[in-house]
Amino acid sequence: MTEQLWQVHFKVHRQRTGGKPYVRTFTLDVDPEEYILDAVERIWALHDRTLTYRHACHHSTCGACGMRVNGREKLTCITTISSVTQNGGTVRIDPLRNFPVVSDLVVDMGNFFLRMDRSGFNSVAPLAAACLPYEQPLTAENSIDHEPERLVDCIECGLCISVCPAANTDKEYVGPAVLASLHLMYVQNPTQEFIDQADHHTGLWRCHSAYECTEVCPSGVDPAWRIMDMRKKVMSDRIKSIFRPRSSEKKNAQPA
Amino acid sequence: MEEGGDPHAELDRIMKTTQPSAIVIGAGFTGCALAYDLAQRGFAVTVVERGELASGTSGRTHGLLHSGARYCVTDAEAAIECIQENMILRRIAKQCIEYNGGYFVALDDADLGYAPAFFQGAQNCGIPVEEIDVQRALAAEPALNPKILAAYQVPDAAFDPLRLAMAFAASARQHGAKFNTFHDVVGFLRDGIGNICGVSAVNRHAGQPVDFRADITINATGAWAGKVAEMAGISVPVRPTPGVMVAYEKRVTQRVINRLCEPDDGDILLPQRRMAVIGTTSFEVEEADYIPVYPDQVKQMHQRAALLVPELENIKMRGAYMSARPLIGGLMSGRSLSRTFKCYDHQTDEEVNGLVTVTGGKATTCRVMAEKTADLVCQKLGWQRACETAQHPLADYHLYYS
Ligand SMILES: Cc1cc2nc3c(=O)[nH]c(=O)nc-3n(C[C@H](O)[C@H](O)[C@H](O)COP(=O)(O)OP(=O)(O)OC[C@H]3O[C@@H](n4cnc5c(N)ncnc54)[C@H](O)[C@@H]3O)c2cc1C
Ligand code: SF4
Ligand code: FES
Repeated sequence: MTEQLWQVHFKVHRQRTGGKPYVRTFTLDVDPEEYILDAVERIWALHDRTLTYRHACHHSTCGACGMRVNGREKLTCITTISSVTQNGGTVRIDPLRNFPVVSDLVVDMGNFFLRMDRSGFNSVAPLAAACLPYEQPLTAENSIDHEPERLVDCIECGLCISVCPAANTDKEYVGPAVLASLHLMYVQNPTQEFIDQADHHTGLWRCHSAYECTEVCPSGVDPAWRIMDMRKKVMSDRIKSIFRPRSSEKKNAQPA
Repeated sequence: MEEGGDPHAELDRIMKTTQPSAIVIGAGFTGCALAYDLAQRGFAVTVVERGELASGTSGRTHGLLHSGARYCVTDAEAAIECIQENMILRRIAKQCIEYNGGYFVALDDADLGYAPAFFQGAQNCGIPVEEIDVQRALAAEPALNPKILAAYQVPDAAFDPLRLAMAFAASARQHGAKFNTFHDVVGFLRDGIGNICGVSAVNRHAGQPVDFRADITINATGAWAGKVAEMAGISVPVRPTPGVMVAYEKRVTQRVINRLCEPDDGDILLPQRRMAVIGTTSFEVEEADYIPVYPDQVKQMHQRAALLVPELENIKMRGAYMSARPLIGGLMSGRSLSRTFKCYDHQTDEEVNGLVTVTGGKATTCRVMAEKTADLVCQKLGWQRACETAQHPLADYHLYYS
């Protein structure tokens, strides 16, 4: 970290429940290597106790601190100030899009979390399944007593939904994270149930392939790749079903 | 509708005279676990939390589901509590725990000298501990410092902090508890004879004051417990004792790696998702609302991490953060205090009825803290229901939003 402090103007979206939005500017002396969330917390602690924002882990494992920073979706707890502005510069902070704003920077994640739940999303998976199927899996050699496992990558931060142009035009679209979750569940347990949930006009076929989700995802989920891979599975399933009797068609589905 | 004509109103009236009610201030691990315990015992529970769930210390915890081995020499009481709760949480909170066990590794002669006391202490506390041949440990965790002199295996694990709190909160909600996040408690309500009968709060979303009333109020505000008790004119000796954690861009081990030594700075390296997280330090502050991340402590953590896993020397840091333990006061320095919790009934000590404070403890022991506190609350109110939280898996954390 650097010793020299920067002066930065934070222009923060303010809004009471049901009230009119406005912008308030706070000028702070900051260490440029501090994170945006540290600055927001400091504004609350030392300048304006009415500011509301979501946060918990401060190290990119919980997904609570998603905001738009200068118009781009960021996990604010791992976004340094120096990566978005300069000494004397301005940082605009807004709530995520495509979620209802409750107040200031707080959005309502309820609907999204319930959709994740319906997709069967499981936070813990065997190590190999927790990684992307095209990656070299991070395996532990000589695992001593059982197959290692880990918390999966999606932290349900909603950045991919905020950035998604399709989610912006269609509120019924389940969005990239939910489709990525269905893919992850399908990889672990290739049953028709997950295909059926994804193979829907508010699911796989609403995506415009903008790839913004993968661009913005802070956690290496690659939702766009997962959506495309899931589409391939659905298509090959459909083609196979032309040649196969109906009853056996889906039983042998294989993960990629 | 005529008086007494509505069966629902009548039922409501009967329920009110029989069902006790409780307010829990704070929705960290302690508050969420307590809300679940009380709701499961039949209380009408209202949680009042000034920020998001787990936005205090709990969200920012290191994330180690302690086996207890870290404390088995210095604090057997804490160690025993940890291993018992570790076994329970692995059963009921499987959904947010990556359970791969942990190693304690010796790096020098002093560490080796600590080994006999450690091994004996762990066994005395009932912690399953096994010495692992160094070559075998290095084969299992190739990133470990190849110069390790000894390795012991214990049942450590890593958890996802927000989701653990949410799972308790979701279970509480399934039993009818109501969560008011973004509601700042600003004072206590008193009845005609001076007993506490609720809290006044501010709904921070709307900027509106709001009062909550209940038979009993429990202050579960962790490092802020002293400040909150002060609003009732009561002194609770809890001191915020922060520590730093540093997260790296790479998961370098599958197991938790502990240095085989007395509890020290930067002695635990934890895998979590694709990260490795090293922690922590310990010092005291007056004010826990904003604790800056001190660069010298980050540097110190970086050095300690590289001792355990040399490649971390060159791996990019992903984040650095601080949070404050709620350590129970006294004259001793922070780290040597017992890690167990305290529960104060302010009726016995200060003759203020209607308020209980629970503070201290660890994430690992939040369930038993809640159980003991709920036992006390039940006893105070003459309500006889047994705790069942150790028996059933927690509700899926997503259902907090149901
Ligand atoms: C650096 C560090 C590392 C740790 N690592 C581990 C670990 O690896 N494993 C482990 O088991 N334990 C660990 N712990 C301990 C553990 O994190 C804490 O014991 C635990 O989180 C405390 O939970 P709590 O619910 O009591 O407090 P908190 O989580 O702080 O909850 C208190 C809540 O009260 C709220 N509050 C405060 N004032 C008010 C008010 N006026 N009105 C309404 N609400 C209010 C706060 O917003 C907060 O959410 C660690 C602690 C620290 C500091
Ligand atoms: S897919 Fe990535 S961006 Fe979307 S919610 Fe999950 S972690 Fe966040
Ligand atoms: S605060 Fe948890 S991801 Fe940023």
